[in-house]
Amino acid sequence: MRLVIFILKRALHSIFVLLGLSVVIFAISRVLPGDPARMAVGARAPQWVVDNLRAQMHLDEPLYVQYGYWLIDALQGKFGISLVTRREVAEDIKEFFPATFELALFAGILMGGLGILLGTISARHKDKWIDNVVRVLSYLGVVTPAFVFAIIFMLVFGYWLKWLPTIGRLSEGLTRPPVITGLMTIDALLAGDLVVFWDALKHIVLPAIALAMGGLAQEARITRATMSDNLTKDYIAAERALGIPERVIMGKYLLKPSLIPTISILGLDFAGTLSSAFLVELIFNWPGISRYGINAMLRKDLNAIAAVILVLGVVFIVVNIIVDIVVAYLDPRIRLSAERSE
Amino acid sequence: MNTPPLLEVRNLQVHFRVFGGYLKVLDGVNLVVRAGEKVGLVGESGCGKTTTMKAILRILPEPPAQIVGGHVLFRGKDVLKMRPQELRRLRGRGISMVFQDPTAALNPVFTIGQQLGDVIRYSHSDGRVDAGQIRLKALQALKEVALADPERLLDSYPIQLSGGMRQRVCIAMALATQPELLIADEPGTSLDVTIQDQILRLLHNLVVERNTSVILITHTLGVVREVTDRVYVMYAGTIVESAPTKVLFANPMFPYTRGLMQSVPRLSGGGVAEGIPGRIPNYLNPPTGCRFHPRCPHVMEVCRHEKPPVFTVGEEHYVACYLYAS
Repeated sequence: MRLVIFILKRALHSIFVLLGLSVVIFAISRVLPGDPARMAVGARAPQWVVDNLRAQMHLDEPLYVQYGYWLIDALQGKFGISLVTRREVAEDIKEFFPATFELALFAGILMGGLGILLGTISARHKDKWIDNVVRVLSYLGVVTPAFVFAIIFMLVFGYWLKWLPTIGRLSEGLTRPPVITGLMTIDALLAGDLVVFWDALKHIVLPAIALAMGGLAQEARITRATMSDNLTKDYIAAERALGIPERVIMGKYLLKPSLIPTISILGLDFAGTLSSAFLVELIFNWPGISRYGINAMLRKDLNAIAAVILVLGVVFIVVNIIVDIVVAYLDPRIRLSAERSE
Repeated sequence: MNTPPLLEVRNLQVHFRVFGGYLKVLDGVNLVVRAGEKVGLVGESGCGKTTTMKAILRILPEPPAQIVGGHVLFRGKDVLKMRPQELRRLRGRGISMVFQDPTAALNPVFTIGQQLGDVIRYSHSDGRVDAGQIRLKALQALKEVALADPERLLDSYPIQLSGGMRQRVCIAMALATQPELLIADEPGTSLDVTIQDQILRLLHNLVVERNTSVILITHTLGVVREVTDRVYVMYAGTIVESAPTKVLFANPMFPYTRGLMQSVPRLSGGGVAEGIPGRIPNYLNPPTGCRFHPRCPHVMEVCRHEKPPVFTVGEEHYVACYLYAS
């Protein structure tokens, strides 16, 4: 029950954040030079056509009225027609967003799982050779852009070793499973089609790892730092002094308090992956929303830009709520002070 | 005479690696605790009392700490040579410890019940005890330290407790393992005086009741006088004097001990105590010879070069000072 109230409260706060975001998006789309009506019909259309369209698009009215109309449409998912794909923007989003979400989900699992594992190993063997190896590798991971990993993986595992496919989400000749979630692997499982599932999984491995490398390294570094700091805490010494076995101390009493900063950063990294996947999606020809968004920006496709930014904004907000819930679960100090402030 | 004492520390030396060299913190500590004995350990902050205790339990962070020499014998077995399995059996059941700051000594993200429960669970050799029994024992342990409403306490987090309650919980955890030797590191120092007094009385009653051996570290000489059988005085990483409590208070011999006794403010006459001029030395380049010589009012030439051996000056009264060489 407390959890439900917590989520509702956070969702309520988020509405204001989203409204703020919508104002910014609207403002950008209106301060950009060029008349949207003129842009829509093209340079050669006669002036009266443009004037008609202006009236139809409410461009004659004051800005706040325009914002009102725009917001009402946006709430209904009506972002208009994309100038690039000539389709409803909402349709485009429905098609491209799940692809990127699937990629980010796999990348997020890798970042969290491997990052925390490596960080823990590093902290346990602090200043030993294995710690030094992990530290150097994670340093490299943090400073290397994802597209560099993407190209290297493509060359090594796709081109030389030929272990994994490098293009798209599914091999040619396989039929897409019926769209339920939009995530290819999940849909394949739901349809009970293991061949397609395996193929989709093989397609996602390389781009997901390439995308995860930076966050993975970051998570490993943060976990190592927090853990080695917490290792010097009195409560760890006290637990040892009272005869609690080392494996229980490491896996329980040290791990839980050490995860809090990592989880917070992991949330941001995961959400950031959705918007920064552009180059990786381009290299692996992954039909995702990040690529779609960048293309929209390059061609001043305002309707698509607005929709992409709003969708990513919603993702950031949802991820932040989830992070807050997990952190509150991990840390009673945060949970209790949140309850007290109610 | 032939049975070894419960705990014997012989010539324990601990260094800490820091940037630019080693801090020679413990410079040959000798200490004996017999079964059932209550021993006091006094000395100013930073003289190595806590380091000695942590070294005995092997819970010093190594590195940077490094035990470079000496022996720690518990019932005749060398703790410094124990394998992890033996060490785990020693900790908790053999020796357990109450830490100085109860707030730092409790894990902030687990409930009292989880922490106390695990202490009880792993104090059984095989670790297989059913949850109901653990809960009963945990409740019992909390009742023993006079905590009200132990049921609710089990589900509370440390942050929900007052400082005094946290200290009681720490004592309950340290005693729940039925240790033979309890190390109490300045219990209650971080609390106000009345609570501190209550805590010390409680602790004293509990250990007397169970006949647990105790090493009590404290700055409060009045407490030492009241509850201990023997006292060790520590200065800059060495034991400079040890004697039965009554003897030490009647006839302190090491110049530092005398200063310590005089620095206690008295209610009648005298006014504010003088204290001991100077500070504890730097451990990176400690003074040669007797580490106290730069502050000693009776310093002699020999003190500057030779580390004084231990002289027997009475029954069980030992002093490491050249003043008593004859």
